[in-house]
Amino acid sequence: MTSEAVLDIQAAAPPRRTSAFRRLLRHRLALLALIVLAVLVIGSAGAPWLAPHDPEELDIANRYAPPLSEGHILGSDDLGRDVLTRLMYAGQISLSVGIAAMLVTVIVGFSVGAFAAYYGGWIGTILMRLTDIMLCFPSVFLLLFVAAFVTPSLASMALMIGLTCWMEIARIVYSQILVLKSADFIAAARMIGTPSWRIILRQILPNTLAPVLVAATLNTANAILLESYISFLGYGIQPPEASWGNMLTNAQSDFQVDPWLAVFPGLAITLAVTSFNFLGDGLRDALDPRIRDK
Amino acid sequence: MARFLINRLLQSAVLLFGVSIVGFALMHLAPGGPLAIYTLNPTVTAQDIERIKVLFGLDQPVYVQYFKWAGGLVSGNWGYSFFGGQQVREIVLDRLPATFLLMGTSLALALVIGVAIGTLAAVRRNSVFDYATAIGAMIALSLPTFWFGLLAIFFFAQTLGWFPAGGMVSIGDGSLLDRLHHLVLPVVVLALVLVAQWSRYTRSSMIDILDQDFVRTARAKGISPSRVLVNHGLRAALVPLVALAGLQLPLLVGGALVTETVFSWPGMGLLFISVLSTRDYPVLMAILMVGAVVVVLGNLLADIVVALVDPRVKLHDE
Repeated sequence: MTSEAVLDIQAAAPPRRTSAFRRLLRHRLALLALIVLAVLVIGSAGAPWLAPHDPEELDIANRYAPPLSEGHILGSDDLGRDVLTRLMYAGQISLSVGIAAMLVTVIVGFSVGAFAAYYGGWIGTILMRLTDIMLCFPSVFLLLFVAAFVTPSLASMALMIGLTCWMEIARIVYSQILVLKSADFIAAARMIGTPSWRIILRQILPNTLAPVLVAATLNTANAILLESYISFLGYGIQPPEASWGNMLTNAQSDFQVDPWLAVFPGLAITLAVTSFNFLGDGLRDALDPRIRDK
Repeated sequence: MARFLINRLLQSAVLLFGVSIVGFALMHLAPGGPLAIYTLNPTVTAQDIERIKVLFGLDQPVYVQYFKWAGGLVSGNWGYSFFGGQQVREIVLDRLPATFLLMGTSLALALVIGVAIGTLAAVRRNSVFDYATAIGAMIALSLPTFWFGLLAIFFFAQTLGWFPAGGMVSIGDGSLLDRLHHLVLPVVVLALVLVAQWSRYTRSSMIDILDQDFVRTARAKGISPSRVLVNHGLRAALVPLVALAGLQLPLLVGGALVTETVFSWPGMGLLFISVLSTRDYPVLMAILMVGAVVVVLGNLLADIVVALVDPRVKLHDE
């Protein structure tokens, strides 16, 4: 029974992965989200080649150009800079911060959760209590408090957001590993003499990966939202460097002159965040065998 | 019940103790420490800084400072603002009612609408309504609150002129109607995210309940579908939702901060943002702590309500 169980697991692993991917593709909204994200990534990563202007090129004669005007498809801002160009360059910053912050949440969350679950005892208790404590602070407050004292940059933003949002992943990993530690197939693997590192790498990691992947996708969405808000308030990415958030800083005062300036950066944020959320949702459906039929 | 209460209270106390340590550590880890603002001021000499240090007790060992600070928090002495020297407690508590008004109204509105949408979506599972609300909720959850607020101000305040663009009352007017008028836009903006979450939670909770035997039994006995839905379904489905309301609190408090800054709503969040630029530590710390305390106590309250309502919760173990 024991070796059979192990064989079963190993034999079952590859097809499960492909069918999960197929299930994700069948999830139409997730597929759409994937396409939108691809467009956003290509648009911002390829900005230096694709953008119609230089992001800091001033065109004082054409300030506040409305969308669809000549030379400025999405219009121009208060200094005559091209909105589309700035959106593309801002996408580099906003998406990078989102993804880098997500990586921080995964690394910190996974370490805390795995350490706490694997070693247990008082170390585990302290780590998980720390997680509970961090969850009590509304993350926006915590983030702004720290942001006010740190010189903002791409790296510091990602680090700060990551360090205030890792708790959910820690909890997921912790509970997953606790369950796995006593699971039959882990016991089976132990019994046939699989070394510890191999169990962690081949059994535990893949099995915690699915829920962590889902949480990580949703964390990326959340990180993009947080970055945009912090930058909007002026504590994040500093102009002239553009981020989707700081492009909205003057939107309120510019309303009377050019309401469009408020529309496009917000749309970009919503598009990116919605896509990550739908993708996370699709991944959840695709990776969780229990809700496959729902 | 008493034992459960004591247990839960103790847990919350431990949590609050931890929260205070993290908060205190943050204050001291910040570059320059609590006196950063003075060291940057050229008219403040090194001697002055020493004097201020002694005055604020910053020359004492860290643990002494912590106990003084934490003791002050508990006994109501929250220190004095670095600017103007006003009592921090007064500054912060002055703003609390406005924040609670905004949060409470939004939560209540979101509960009613969210539960209604969620129930309907659960009953008509896989219908157009179900899919439309699912997609709508996902988009609502992805909207940057501050941007949505800006657009709302632009459309409904500046263009259409239906509602005031910000603040809590018009100058020279303080009538109930005027206050309600100011409340509409911020509440709608803050409630949107909450409605989205509540509708999703309610839907899944309802679906779980509607599949259970006691609902089938009730139906089989010939009780009308609407009565089964309300008396059996909703009643049971709402229990886990109460616990979720507790978990939602950090989001609610954070969302209130964002909403307040966009609508210049004179609550704690707006105070936090305005104090942030001057790095007025005592005030910032007080707001951070009040926010965390609200979350901890809200969770405690939610747990107690669940324990009272749900007979399945075992009150003695844990």
